[in-house]
Amino acid sequence: MTDERTLDLLEAKIEELRQLNAMDGMDLSKEIARLEEKLAVLRQDLYSNLTDWERVRIARHPKRPYALDYIASVFSDFYELRGDRIVGDDRALLAGLARLEGRPVALLAQQKGRTTEENKERFFGMTRPQGYRKAKRVMELAERFGLPLVSLIDTSGAYPGVESEELNIGGAIAENLQTMAGLRVPTVAVVIGEGGSGGALAIGLADRVLMLENAIYSVITPEGAAAILWKDKERAREAATALQMTAPHLLELGLIDGVVPEPLGGAHKNPAITSAALKEAVVHHVNELAAFPLDQLLAARYARYRNVGRYSARPVTDS
Amino acid sequence: MSLFKERQYLRVHVDREPDDSLWMKCKSCGELVFKRRVRENSNVCPSCGEYFFQTSQERLESILDPGSYEPFGERLAANDPLSFTDSRAYQERVAEAQAKTGLDDAILIGRGAIEGIPVVIGVMDFRFIGGSMGSVVGEQICRAIEASIADRRGFVLISSSGGARIQEGMFSLLQMAKTVTVRRRLAEAGLPFVSVMTYPTTGGVEASIASLGDIIIAEKGAMIGFAGRRVIEQTIAEELPAHFQTESFALERGQIDRVVRREDLRSELAVALGFFVGAR
Ligand SMILES: [Zn+2]
Repeated sequence: MTDERTLDLLEAKIEELRQLNAMDGMDLSKEIARLEEKLAVLRQDLYSNLTDWERVRIARHPKRPYALDYIASVFSDFYELRGDRIVGDDRALLAGLARLEGRPVALLAQQKGRTTEENKERFFGMTRPQGYRKAKRVMELAERFGLPLVSLIDTSGAYPGVESEELNIGGAIAENLQTMAGLRVPTVAVVIGEGGSGGALAIGLADRVLMLENAIYSVITPEGAAAILWKDKERAREAATALQMTAPHLLELGLIDGVVPEPLGGAHKNPAITSAALKEAVVHHVNELAAFPLDQLLAARYARYRNVGRYSARPVTDS
Repeated sequence: MSLFKERQYLRVHVDREPDDSLWMKCKSCGELVFKRRVRENSNVCPSCGEYFFQTSQERLESILDPGSYEPFGERLAANDPLSFTDSRAYQERVAEAQAKTGLDDAILIGRGAIEGIPVVIGVMDFRFIGGSMGSVVGEQICRAIEASIADRRGFVLISSSGGARIQEGMFSLLQMAKTVTVRRRLAEAGLPFVSVMTYPTTGGVEASIASLGDIIIAEKGAMIGFAGRRVIEQTIAEELPAHFQTESFALERGQIDRVVRREDLRSELAVALGFFVGAR
């Protein structure tokens, strides 16, 4: 069984040989080619049949590209708009205007931190009421000026804290859902990492919902489900499988519209390729939606959300 | 506040067993009280005012005009879209909850009248897998709202739910989007929605349909909030303030309109709905 460490070591070895090759004029190209072939096989072996839990780990990988990385590569001219006009500005949910291949759009993006300092500022990527209310403000701005709305979702969940409850985080999420349900512009949401429950859905009730290949989207974290249902936090791996939270599962269940491919091993292995794929997908869907008459767009959105769910008629005879 | 018995939350005796005796002992004051009087008194102790748990069937009885309740025709039951099994199979949990409660799922919906005002009402039931909202609850809320629109009646939802039903995964999360989407139509039709929050109204239900009432009323003893207390305590690693996530906490912070004693809920709803009768 291969693990990531073996691949890293092999990659380092190849790099070393390359440098030797260049320096001494020795011909190591055959050896390099042999190792590269081996690396490709191992990589395929490790990454092509990822388990659900492995995808969870990739979705949370500390080197995974975050929203700002995509904002820089997929969009241009990001012009940030800050603050909810009431309490403050949430750095875990960024909002603003940007251009997508020249077309002005409104952008909402959940941003995690990389350093301890940044995580403190961004509350570990967990959105607070201030963030949801800022998002609502920018949703309404998008509607006022007919700008398509793009959401990049990446949060383990809404921030659970005393202040969040004091500021009515549940009410803020509910208001956002209501606003998005009726928003008179095209909306595209992409889960780029973690789609954590209501905290993610609050900017995700869109006409098109996409996920990066190794992103996850769930009603509860695997750890939370393990604690509640299995009474054992250690069983998160099982919970992750049972909840069917990965992009391939959710596509098969008909709950999302598309999966944006990632390079083998995950987006962090090649952020540039991932960005290009993400850009292509977002541009495609925004263009497609923008071509629809507004009433058709709203009718389709209504039908999509009105009909989500699976239930059966219960015969009156048994009770 | 002295009007009310000081208590953080309503005590919920979810596994209350029905038995045939005519009397029961109040766990709060120790008095032996006549069961029929308790029931007629909205499951409030006639001696000390303690609230006993109220099932969805009992709530309908204490809120609607006698004989006015008509359940909707089609009965729905949970599907198992993820073939979900944790320590037990989801289908087993559902079957057991159905047997225990006599309900199809965690909500009862139907038409009825409150002091003569016709309404469509939905009452959630905490006994059924924590009152959690899965596909059936979401669909029934939507059907109730659609019936309100078709009949031009106000809609009353009495929430008692821990949130989304984990066992249906993303299907459950999306019920938040579904109920909110349909709720908009009620507003467009100019019909009122009175949301009543009881013990508990939390998680995905609080963060969607329950928080979108034209009027939001909390029952005394309610628990109202998004995140669970334990999750918050673990995150902030400190003790929570007194009365955190109670109805008075929600009222003081401007999250709800009014707090009502259970005994007064029926007349309260009649007054609130009365302002909209004949409007539009
Ligand atoms: Zn008593």
